[in-house]
Amino acid sequence: MSEANLAAGHGAEAMEARPFAIPSKKLVMWLFIISDACTFGAMLFAYGYIKNAAADWPHPFENSSIMNALLMTFILVTSSLTILIATRHAKVGDKGKALMWTFITVVLGLAFAALHLKEWFGLIGAGVRLFQNPWGAPLFGASFFAITGLHLAHVVSGAIALTVVALGYKRGRYNSDDLEIWSLYWHFVDLVWMFVVPIVYLMNASAG
Amino acid sequence: MDSNQDSMTTDLVVYAVILLLACAQVFVLRGHLIPMLVVAAIQAYLAVMFFMHLRSEKSTLRLALIPVTLFVLVMMNMVWADSYRLIHMKPFAK
Repeated sequence: MSEANLAAGHGAEAMEARPFAIPSKKLVMWLFIISDACTFGAMLFAYGYIKNAAADWPHPFENSSIMNALLMTFILVTSSLTILIATRHAKVGDKGKALMWTFITVVLGLAFAALHLKEWFGLIGAGVRLFQNPWGAPLFGASFFAITGLHLAHVVSGAIALTVVALGYKRGRYNSDDLEIWSLYWHFVDLVWMFVVPIVYLMNASAG
Repeated sequence: MDSNQDSMTTDLVVYAVILLLACAQVFVLRGHLIPMLVVAAIQAYLAVMFFMHLRSEKSTLRLALIPVTLFVLVMMNMVWADSYRLIHMKPFAK
């Protein structure tokens, strides 16, 4: 259909109503989220497969690591709450508070990343590499770093995306809908962590 | 969009419940895979429905997103039998 016909209103009756009643950008984000959920699902299933197939799977996570993971969970779930508050303020047009809560979310995301890296460096210091470790099945390192690394990459890229959208929102380039759409991504990152903790950390906690 | 329909109180209650469930995983259910996964699924449900506001979207969106995702994830469970084969049925096992 030509632009001229559209401009004249011809063919307007042929346009379908949006079946999901959401902006196309939001639908794209939802589609990305379900494809990403399948990616993480496949990685966690692959992790389970490798673990089942190994006779000497290590259980290296001591109580301090488990408490660190719980603290990371607390930070990430709290960041979900703060981005909700930011979106709520954006919806009523309170730009200042929306920006403040978005940046609090970004800081919490970076705190999560810092704790994650602390955990990584602890394991690397104990001798864990991609294909070797001091305790047993050599693929432990590869699977652990792959899953937590992919999640960490999501957190860092989410923090960057939220910063870009918040700055664009401040300048008027983006609106509250954009902030809400990226908050969906942030909640998804939180959701994935809820499965990573029990499967990767709690199932590999040391007996002591 | 209906995100503002949910009250702040609801968000806070959902936040507290998700954190309590996380504590239950760590302090009560640690090492028990199936109960921990059930709790994780409840946390995910709360996050999707309340934090991501899927419950206030049209049911067509829920129907378009949830069944296909669950189908893919359920079908992935076919790998488990093969994963145990590597330990119990490997060619040179004694």
